[in-house]
Amino acid sequence: MKKLMLGNEAAARGLYEAGCTFVSSYPGTPSTEITEFAAKYDEIYAEWAPNEKVAMESAFGACLTGQRTFCGMKHVGLNVAADPLFTISYTGVNGGMIIGVADDPGMHSSQNEQDSRHYARASKIPMVEPSDSREAIEFVKLAYDISEKYDTPVLLKMCTRVSHSQSVVEPSDRVEIEPKPYKKDGDKYIMMPRQAKLRHPLVEQRTLDLMKLSETSPLNRIEEGKEKATAIITDSTSYQYVKEILGDRFDILKLGLIWPVSDKLLKDFTEGRENVVIVEELDGFIEGMVKALGIECVGKEFFSPIDELSQNKVREGLSKALNEPKLAPEIPQKERDYDIPARPPVMCAGCPHRGLFYVLSKLKLNVIGDIGCYTLGAIEPLNAIDTTICMGASVSGIHGFNKASSFTEDKKEAKTVAVIGDSTFMHSGITGLVNIAYNDSNSTVIILDNSITGMTGHQQNPTTGMNLKGDPALAVDLEALCHAVGIASVRVVDPYDLKETEKVIKEELAKPCSSVVISRRPCALLKYVKHKPAIVPDKDKCTKCRMCMKIGCPAIMVTDKGVEIDHTLCVGCGVCTELCHFGALGEKEASK
Amino acid sequence: MKENINIMIVGVGGQGSLLASKLLGRIFLDNDYDVKVSEVHGMSQRGGSVLTYVRVGEKVYSPIIDKGEADYVISFEILEAARAMDFLKADGRIITNLQEINPMPVVAGKTVYPENLAQKIKDEGFSIDAFDALSLAEEAGSSKAVNLVLMGRLSKHFDFPEDEWIGTIEKSVPEKFLEMNKRAFLLGRNS
Repeated sequence: MKKLMLGNEAAARGLYEAGCTFVSSYPGTPSTEITEFAAKYDEIYAEWAPNEKVAMESAFGACLTGQRTFCGMKHVGLNVAADPLFTISYTGVNGGMIIGVADDPGMHSSQNEQDSRHYARASKIPMVEPSDSREAIEFVKLAYDISEKYDTPVLLKMCTRVSHSQSVVEPSDRVEIEPKPYKKDGDKYIMMPRQAKLRHPLVEQRTLDLMKLSETSPLNRIEEGKEKATAIITDSTSYQYVKEILGDRFDILKLGLIWPVSDKLLKDFTEGRENVVIVEELDGFIEGMVKALGIECVGKEFFSPIDELSQNKVREGLSKALNEPKLAPEIPQKERDYDIPARPPVMCAGCPHRGLFYVLSKLKLNVIGDIGCYTLGAIEPLNAIDTTICMGASVSGIHGFNKASSFTEDKKEAKTVAVIGDSTFMHSGITGLVNIAYNDSNSTVIILDNSITGMTGHQQNPTTGMNLKGDPALAVDLEALCHAVGIASVRVVDPYDLKETEKVIKEELAKPCSSVVISRRPCALLKYVKHKPAIVPDKDKCTKCRMCMKIGCPAIMVTDKGVEIDHTLCVGCGVCTELCHFGALGEKEASK
Repeated sequence: MKENINIMIVGVGGQGSLLASKLLGRIFLDNDYDVKVSEVHGMSQRGGSVLTYVRVGEKVYSPIIDKGEADYVISFEILEAARAMDFLKADGRIITNLQEINPMPVVAGKTVYPENLAQKIKDEGFSIDAFDALSLAEEAGSSKAVNLVLMGRLSKHFDFPEDEWIGTIEKSVPEKFLEMNKRAFLLGRNS
């Protein structure tokens, strides 16, 4: 039966239909839902791992038992898992193994715009790349066949527009796979130099075999067009834009096995053409393969490596590449005598991070930031973050910053903190904290423990006490963990309590030792969190001093008439109440 | 040949455009259209502008709608309707809730919320149906039902009979919220 299905759900459906039994992933937009949907099938064991490296190694271990396995991550997650990636390329697999990676061209929710196709070539692991949901199901199945037949993990490359678009699919039944028994085989699985030297030639031969496969595999297809002078080579969503604009006008080579691609396939397809146009998102990956064969073609000069493509961008590029101005009619730009204000994302009303960042901003500290909802502490009016790089970088970064500062600064006044969320700390903050203790830097790390992985849409993690399926699980004791690695002082604060939070941070900064402050309060969007009634403002008491505006709460607005509260947003957290000197935002509690 | 229709659903993160696109996708799919729906997840959901693209037709390739391509903009909030104007075809139509939600730059006093946006949109030559969908949603039983009110309003532009829409809602909404959502849809359709 025909059904509309999200690309990520379709990838999960493919796992189900192909008989996959084991999934281990770390959430990351736009990859997260593959694993969430996989977890809905009783036949698939699915878990959140603390990070992508652990997920990939777990999926590899599971595939040794002869079963079909999967690990999923976003593009930057593949960097974290790159270590096992390059070596499981050598060992190969027993049961089929797929590594799902979702790129985010346009950076809808990411810190860089890396093109993960390069990983396929660099690690010599074949990569399949669906362009819609139907292909996501089919390609997963073909990827498992390739994995088992060619003894290799296979990369499944998604991107935002494939992962987060729904298109029509026709699901079929699951096929159970008889596990291939595990056999000890040191020459295959123990990658010491002697064995790795035996495996590397096999990897090179495998690439040649896969190139041969690329000539006949249904993953790649040539769609015949009416005009033969021009040939287009494309992949992923770029294919959809090309079809949208050109229909069946030209021959199109649509690559679904994006690496490796046989020289013969590219040479035969481009033979005798007047124009060869490569349309691909981000880097000139296909273009590089084509040019390496000495084939003349155009690509990145017309289709920018920056930002995601769209039909208008592809229209414009094709119009220039084919010298056909009428392909891309001018879109009239309208002049307006007023601005349409931007609507950037903000911390939600009642977000526990707000109080903490207000304190950091007030104390004018340097804040080494990390990846999560709390990165929003960087924007107006809190402006409380100095740097954001990648998962875990805050804890290691503050160590380097403080150590190096101590070489040059005369005064030893500590004015720098690191901030990291609970899930990010589990992901890659712990090793940085070990380094702080071991190499003895006077650093203060603040763990923002909101009891969930927030930004990616509420995934459980090792601190939350629940697993992916929603069942009770062991919860890591953060305080005990910090003590165990050697942190001298560990304190817990409630970020709704501004005075106490400020006092504790000041005290910890003043101490001549490493310290951790756990800012603990569950995410205001969690279903179990009980909200207080909305604050009822007293406009008569409001002096319009705008003190309450310093926290950047979307529920507060100060107009000529005084302060207003959007009662549909306000959850009564009381942080603004604490800030108001005139009692216009409710009564302060006695304890505060 | 089935005509191609491009519908953009715009609003503020958390307003619930997911159900609206689900309903549209389902009713067109049931009528043998090809359908693609594209959503935005992640960071922009945190109170930022959100866009959903619904494209239907004989055969749909691109999952997104680009500038100058939308037949309809369905908007939960009028500033977002104005922001989406450039996506409309010259004869495109906006169906929007009149509600105003201040974005952070306005809340922070860095800029102002433009006045009379419905008139400004009309002045650019677009057809606009701007109405208080929030009140109708509250009348139906929940401020969260703005999406169904807007869908009711949009449904008047298509030939599908009313009972087919109701049937689609029944297939898409949990039992607990069904009656309220049906009421909201009909209030939008018949107001």
